[in-house]
Amino acid sequence: MLKAKVYVTIKKSVLDPQGVAVQGALHSVGFQEVESLRIGKYMELTLDTNDREEAGKRLKEMCEKLLANTVIEDYRYELEA
Amino acid sequence: MKFAVLVFPGSNCDIDCYKAVEDTVGEPVDYVWHTATDLSAYDCILVPGGFSYGDYLRCGAISRFAPVMNEVAKAAEQGKFVLGICNGFQILTEAGLLPGALRRNMSMKFRCHDTTLKVVNNTTPFTTDYAAGEEIIIPIAHGEGNYYCDEETLAALKANNQIVFTYTDNPNGSVADIAGICNERGNVVGMMPHPERAVNSLLGSEDGKRMFSSILKTWRDTHGTASVR
Repeated sequence: MLKAKVYVTIKKSVLDPQGVAVQGALHSVGFQEVESLRIGKYMELTLDTNDREEAGKRLKEMCEKLLANTVIEDYRYELEA
Repeated sequence: MKFAVLVFPGSNCDIDCYKAVEDTVGEPVDYVWHTATDLSAYDCILVPGGFSYGDYLRCGAISRFAPVMNEVAKAAEQGKFVLGICNGFQILTEAGLLPGALRRNMSMKFRCHDTTLKVVNNTTPFTTDYAAGEEIIIPIAHGEGNYYCDEETLAALKANNQIVFTYTDNPNGSVADIAGICNERGNVVGMMPHPERAVNSLLGSEDGKRMFSSILKTWRDTHGTASVR
C-alpha cells in the first residue's frame, strides 16, 4: 500500500478570489505581514500498489485527467509508504 | 428538427430548456439521461445549467466523463449544434470542447440578476437572428462564471471571431468581459447567462427567444425546408 497526498492550487498567473478574500480577512484581524495567500485542495489517496514508480506515473495521469484542471490549476503530489 | 436536453444528476435548468424549445420553436424535444450512448437522433444538444454531480471537485469536472459526453463530442465533430448554458458551459470547457475554464466570481458572490450582453458574433447557428453589436437582456445565476483563458488563447478567440457575447457591465471578472464563446467551427457555443430564462416578457425579457429561433432557422437553411415536419 502506498499513500499519496495530492495538492492542487490555482496557478500563480491566475487570480484566486478565495485566497484574496481570506488574505483580506487576516489583514483585518491584524496579520498585516501576510503578503499573499492562495487556497487549494488537498486530497489523500490510498493506492493498492507498492511500486512507487508506477504509482507516480498513475498519479500524474489522475491529476492531468481529473484532479486538476491544468488550464487554471497546478498540482503536486507526495508518495509515502 | 429534433432537440435533446441532457440531464445529469444535479441539472436544474433542464425543464426550463425543454419548455423554452417548446414555447419558442415548438420542435420535438427529449430529455436525455447522462448515461445515454446514442445521440444520433438529435440535431441540437442543449447542455443545461445546474450543479451536475454537486459540482464536486470542480464544476463540470465529473460530468464530463458521463457516457453521454462521448456522444456530445461526436455530435460536435459532425457539425451538429451544441449549446452549453451555465453549468453546461463549464462542462463543455472541462470536456475540452471549448477552450478556457470558469473560475469563482471575482466578487466571491453568487450573482443572480439580469445582465446586458453585447452580441459580438451573430454568425453562429445560435445568434443569426440578432444584429451584430446588438445589446440584449439575459439573466445570470452563477457563483463560478469568471471566464479565464491565457493571452494566447484570447488572441486566438479574437482572431477567429469566437467571442459570441460580452457583458457590458462585467458581473464576475471574466477575461475581456466574455459571457459566451464558440469553437472554431461555430457549432458549439457555451455561455454563462441563461437565454432559456428570457423567453417571455413575464420573466422580464424575451431576448433569449431569438437564440432558439436562430437555431431552427440555421438548421432549416442547411437542411432545406422539405425535411421539416
